[in-house]
Amino acid sequence: MNWFVRLLTSSLGRKLIMSLTGLFLITFLLVHLGGNLQLLNNDEGKSFNLYAKMMTTNPIIKITSYGLYFFILLHAVQGLLIWNKNRVATGTKYAVKKKSPGTTWASNNMALLGTIVLVFLGIHMGDFWFAMKYQTWPDAEAGRELIKYTLDDGTISEAKNLYGKVNWSFSQAWIVIVYLVSMIGLGFHLWHGFESAFQTLGLNHKKYTPFIRLVGKIYSVLIPALFALIPIMYFLGMRFPDWLVFHFI
Amino acid sequence: MAGKTINIKVKVWRQGGKYPKGQFETYDLKDVGTDMSFLEMFDVLNEQLVSKKEMPVAFEHDCREGICGTCSMVIDGQPHGPMKGTTTCQLHMRSFKDGATITVEPFRAKSFPVIRDLVVDRSSFDAIIQAGGYISVNTGQAQDANAIPIEKDTSEKAFDAATCIGCGACVAACPNSAAMLFTSAKVSHLATMPQGKVESQKRVQAMVNQMDKEGFGMCSNIKACEAECPKEISTDNIALMNREYLASVLGSDKEG
Repeated sequence: MNWFVRLLTSSLGRKLIMSLTGLFLITFLLVHLGGNLQLLNNDEGKSFNLYAKMMTTNPIIKITSYGLYFFILLHAVQGLLIWNKNRVATGTKYAVKKKSPGTTWASNNMALLGTIVLVFLGIHMGDFWFAMKYQTWPDAEAGRELIKYTLDDGTISEAKNLYGKVNWSFSQAWIVIVYLVSMIGLGFHLWHGFESAFQTLGLNHKKYTPFIRLVGKIYSVLIPALFALIPIMYFLGMRFPDWLVFHFI
Repeated sequence: MAGKTINIKVKVWRQGGKYPKGQFETYDLKDVGTDMSFLEMFDVLNEQLVSKKEMPVAFEHDCREGICGTCSMVIDGQPHGPMKGTTTCQLHMRSFKDGATITVEPFRAKSFPVIRDLVVDRSSFDAIIQAGGYISVNTGQAQDANAIPIEKDTSEKAFDAATCIGCGACVAACPNSAAMLFTSAKVSHLATMPQGKVESQKRVQAMVNQMDKEGFGMCSNIKACEAECPKEISTDNIALMNREYLASVLGSDKEG
């Protein structure tokens, strides 16, 4: 067998794919959060809508986004394959199973947590990405007509009103609950996934592993919490105070 | 030497052979001395069963001093029982309460098929070891102790990995039935020492390939193996194996 195929289909190779795609998705979360926090600016969606327009029209971002879709699918499919292979390898279950000391609940349930995130991604993409692309939302939810914004240099830019769609969605209690539950799932997934990715890469040393662990714990709490802040604040009709205007890129 | 005694119930997995379906049987044991080892408790139980003309419980044991890795069983949900860093033979009945029901199961993994009762076939581990091949050392008289200089912390690291007794508790404890801790202990023990470095690139690929062939699961870095290992082998070895494997596949023309 070709050495490359054997590498990618070996147990260590499969985990390597999980690790590298996982780290890519961890990085993506930061960028996504940066863009989304503009939703909280008290400007009726101007900064967010213009940002969303840039994201859908910039060719570099377009190419990167195809990479992102591919890596999400690769991470999910590979994860499910690994879950199934491990299930087969395990065979008969124990009648009594005690949790081993020092192991976390998250690490034992990565496939379940990953599935929660995957289902959420389906809902999330359908509600915003697909809706943005094909303008599928009813006018009752948010106006579909383009909004004209005057830029700083005086030119006029027309953008779709994704902000309006977000505003409507996050006024629905069940959507907000779905988002909050999913962010808890994501947080637990990251709680183990972040440091696990480095261990799989073989990056384990007493010089820096405690630092990676600490960053991982902070990341897995802070990032999902900030994501969750958006639906919560929208549901409560809150925005950033006027003196705080967050611009990403 | 009349020590403390306890009365217990032992709920043991009974399986007549590789293919018949097994089930749990519960046995009452009275006046079990707390200074008995867990295996001695089984000896007493088996005496009782034989005197009643019943089949004794088959379990594996050899050295009974915690260094051979033969005694394999899961006691109340933990491989080698509740005591940290201890094999079943070194576990004593004082670790259990009077009146307790102790559930004893064989190691569970597709690659460790049950042969009878608590005895499982661990020849998949032998196959991994064999795939590792040889190391190049001169035979004949023992070498001078310092003929090959090795730093103390390096030799200690290698020794820590070498203390793996190959019992399979890591596989039994792992929710994925992965053999990563075992394989990585063998890989890093030899890759860390100059004597084992010569063939280390080929060895790591060969052992990982064999591990996959034997049908073991994949590591999720849960670290249950490390927690249950009677020799407390560190999962640092798994990281080392990951590095060795990648470096070998990407950085050498060796094939396992």
